[in-house]
Amino acid sequence: MPAPVATMGVRHPRPQVAVIDIGGEVTSHCEQVLMGAYEDASTAGTKGIVLNFDGLDYMNSGGIGMLVTLLVRANRNKQRLAACGLTPHYRQIFELTRLDEAITLHDDETAAVAAL
Amino acid sequence: MNVHDESNWASKVERLEVSDELADAGFNIAGKRVAGAQQGFGKLWQRRYAIDLGTTFTPEQVVADWKQRFATYWPDGATFHVALTGLQPGTVSPIAIASGAPGLTVSTGILVLYMDDTSFTFMCPEGHMFAGWITFGAEEDAAGSTVADVKILIRTSDPIYELGWPVMKAKEDAFWSATLVNLAGDHGVTDVPVEETTSCVDRKRLWHNWTNVRHNSGLRSVWHTVTTPFRSVRS
Repeated sequence: MPAPVATMGVRHPRPQVAVIDIGGEVTSHCEQVLMGAYEDASTAGTKGIVLNFDGLDYMNSGGIGMLVTLLVRANRNKQRLAACGLTPHYRQIFELTRLDEAITLHDDETAAVAAL
Repeated sequence: MNVHDESNWASKVERLEVSDELADAGFNIAGKRVAGAQQGFGKLWQRRYAIDLGTTFTPEQVVADWKQRFATYWPDGATFHVALTGLQPGTVSPIAIASGAPGLTVSTGILVLYMDDTSFTFMCPEGHMFAGWITFGAEEDAAGSTVADVKILIRTSDPIYELGWPVMKAKEDAFWSATLVNLAGDHGVTDVPVEETTSCVDRKRLWHNWTNVRHNSGLRSVWHTVTTPFRSVRS
């Protein structure tokens, strides 16, 4: 079975804040892609990172675990994480797994960027 | 969104409910919240146990069997209580584990968080030894062989369990290795080694979660055992 394909693009909408556009299928198979995007987002001075899930097709429990790993790295670098673009279903998954207690959820990117 | 995705996940719950037929075994998890890795206390560990099952069975066949006969693959000394409905996303299953002390079992449980054709994931409740997730799965490797594995992302739940981590780690090694050997044996595969890898994802302990001790399943199991005669008299 081919590995799921995920895409991660990085933007800097304002100084000290980066946005990672997450698209495709997020599973444990895309750890390298996500961590690579995190490295690109974590240029000197980045204090906050928004995970924009507008392009998300699918995420399994391995994807949740990967986000925890990302959260640990962000905490280590004293960066805050926010998320936006989640469908009601995935918003519930964040709440069920209590990821929302560490990654703040927002309705859209503007609100997420403003909150960081 | 993948149309099958929603049914793969448990529905959101604030607090766990145990089915009537398992209420006695689930005394330590009814009413508890689930606890992810960020709600735990100790260092964050990523662990994997894997076994090569050869080419006879596909990953889908192995995982289907694993879901159906999950409890039977556990080694002696541990009991996994399955509701009449079997394992489904959202199922809450009590667990009893021999503590090593005579007559004392530690009662805890799991929530089935996620299930698809090649994997399923449990999430720990408050008070469990660990906070986090454990995923059981199978996939085909480059050589076309089906490899079954147990992937764990956990912290110990509280300072007491963190103190016991060296012992618990060794018990986990024995437990999951035995489980995989039993799974393999049920699929006609014997004398195959279990490979284990461990990495520390976060060396930092989450001290603000030290109050998790109030949920400690070991302490609460001792109390439950000690007070059993008094509950019997009252009833």
